[in-house]
Amino acid sequence: MNIHEYQAKEIFSRFGLKIPAGKVFDQTSLLLEEIKKIAPKNFVVKAQVHAGGRGKAGGIKIVETAQQAFEAAKKMLGTSLTTYQTAGVAKPIDHILIEATSRIKKELYLAVALDREAALPCVICSEAGGVDIETVAHETPEKVLKFHFDPDQPLKPDLFKPLVDRLKKVSKDIASVESAMAFSIATLAQIFVATDASLVEVNPLGLMEDNSLIPIDAKINLDDNALFRHPDLAALYDSRQEDERETEAKKYELSYVGLDGNIGCMVNGAGLAMATMDIIKLEGGEPANFLDVGGGATKEKVTAAFKIILKDPRVKAILVNIFGGIMRCDIIAEGVLAAVREANLKVPLVVRLEGTNVKEGKAILAGSQLSIISADSFEDAARKVVGTLR
Amino acid sequence: MAILVNEHTKVIVQGITGTHGSFHARQMKEYGTKIVGGVTPGKGGTDFEGTPVFNRVQEAVQKTGADTSVIYVPAKFAKDAIVEAADNGIKLIVCITEGIPILDMVRVKKYLKEKGVRLIGPNCPGIITPGASKVGIMPGYIHKRGQIGIVSRSGTLTYEAVWQMTSRGLGQSTVIGIGGDPILGTSFVDCLELFEKDPETEAVVLIGEIGGNAEEKAAEFIQKNVRKPVVAFIAGMTAPSGKRMGHAGAIISGGSGTAQEKIKMLKQAGIIVAESPAEIGETVGAALKKGKSHGAARIH
Repeated sequence: MNIHEYQAKEIFSRFGLKIPAGKVFDQTSLLLEEIKKIAPKNFVVKAQVHAGGRGKAGGIKIVETAQQAFEAAKKMLGTSLTTYQTAGVAKPIDHILIEATSRIKKELYLAVALDREAALPCVICSEAGGVDIETVAHETPEKVLKFHFDPDQPLKPDLFKPLVDRLKKVSKDIASVESAMAFSIATLAQIFVATDASLVEVNPLGLMEDNSLIPIDAKINLDDNALFRHPDLAALYDSRQEDERETEAKKYELSYVGLDGNIGCMVNGAGLAMATMDIIKLEGGEPANFLDVGGGATKEKVTAAFKIILKDPRVKAILVNIFGGIMRCDIIAEGVLAAVREANLKVPLVVRLEGTNVKEGKAILAGSQLSIISADSFEDAARKVVGTLR
Repeated sequence: MAILVNEHTKVIVQGITGTHGSFHARQMKEYGTKIVGGVTPGKGGTDFEGTPVFNRVQEAVQKTGADTSVIYVPAKFAKDAIVEAADNGIKLIVCITEGIPILDMVRVKKYLKEKGVRLIGPNCPGIITPGASKVGIMPGYIHKRGQIGIVSRSGTLTYEAVWQMTSRGLGQSTVIGIGGDPILGTSFVDCLELFEKDPETEAVVLIGEIGGNAEEKAAEFIQKNVRKPVVAFIAGMTAPSGKRMGHAGAIISGGSGTAQEKIKMLKQAGIIVAESPAEIGETVGAALKKGKSHGAARIH
């Protein structure tokens, strides 16, 4: 789960990190007087959306006076922002963060993430901040330093001293903020563990002219699977930032990802769902979505899945590919029929069933009077669904 | 032979009285798996369709001599269930549960390493040696005993591959679903090592997907250490970047973990990659015909 920059900074502050002076506003709370309280002059006005690349997309404005900040914020609030990270979807700007700016000597990069291979959390830092860290890692891997840590040991600044020493060798500027750096790293590590995050990232971390370290931007991604032990963090979920269909799918414990094509897919199991998208492409079609109905899909879930697929006006045909293991094919067949009737399906539907009770499942579909195209194999299914569009 | 589980494997089911646990305990028993007991705290002393239920793993192991446990408990209790199994003499833990917090798995992984206990999963379909023992949730009847070892990050896609093979008369020695999470107890490399040593296994099928670098590590390992033919399929050629595709571990982040990159690495290591998920069975058949020489040619 993603949270907003201002929410991440609030968490930073709670853990003792110094954050820029600022305030978050929505359309009703935006007041010139309040902006004036932040600082006498020099502001940055930042659109709060769940996406990177805001600056280039016009979502971040640097201004001199409070009046200018007020106007910039007013202009942005209620509109939406499309960045290179939003996959063509405009994210609504419901909140604006206005902060005082001060002079930055150097931009650093600092993050804590999971290293899957090592099965440990890992601090990632670089003296080359403010730019895309993946690009830095690709072009100048020596500039990206990593440090693994055990989440159950005391995460004190001392623990990260070896990393700060390495950083000092790469950049002399670090020498002046050695202890602040160790403190910042330790605090981010504590936040990562305490919030069950999957990523805590500060890019850039500003090395200021007064030799303090300030998070200029802040990002926290939370582990969805751990939200049950953090109801306060779960409450930060902003459904308006998410794809409406993905949110709807989540309600039914379905996993949906929208794509650009016109063939809707409903599959059980993530691997098979991805493979179904792939085979559609191999047969010359374009998948409209990824949709995993999960291991224990019920009639209700299948009906919900159809409705979500059909919310996409681009969908011109649907492929249902079910390999029944836990899920019995006859249950799926009944679900498909109920859903087709309820959703008043007008596009061609190809169904491929295999696995437990497949004969019963196929018989239910065949006896239904509905025009469902039955497929015998994975390949046959993909061919038939692509064929309906030719 | 086969690997990890066979007809002698004695299995307890943690969470045997829950919806999933009871359904699959029944299925496993029907398949012929030696289900010797179940564990549900508070239900000790009762029985599940003739199988004794215990409060703790310790008692279950003492009374039944179980060496393997399969876990169906809810995600929030899964870490404790795994640790309890490891603490009480279980040597192989198969965790079916999906949705375990990442930091729980970090802790579990570290603990099991110290204990020397093997975990398969979590978020996996389990492991089956056809005709001998089924420890998991896969439909038993699609399998047929034979000489192909299968290791996969997926559930239903594995069933699909198994079905393609069985339909062609190609049986399986052991089929392992290692799971779809970012942190897994057993890796591709661990399984490849076991299959390479297993005299019953003549070829190995590896089914990977986007996210992480487990397939790249497998390619590296195969090139250096595996003489048997290996056929691979990687799901997610059409998956977009930055989106989790159902599995917690299936995500392309920062341009890494793409199917294209994995396929390239596998091919470079001399592994045959099926282009289409419908051609996995066919590709294995062809690889077997070419015989062992194909795999052997990899190692100089």
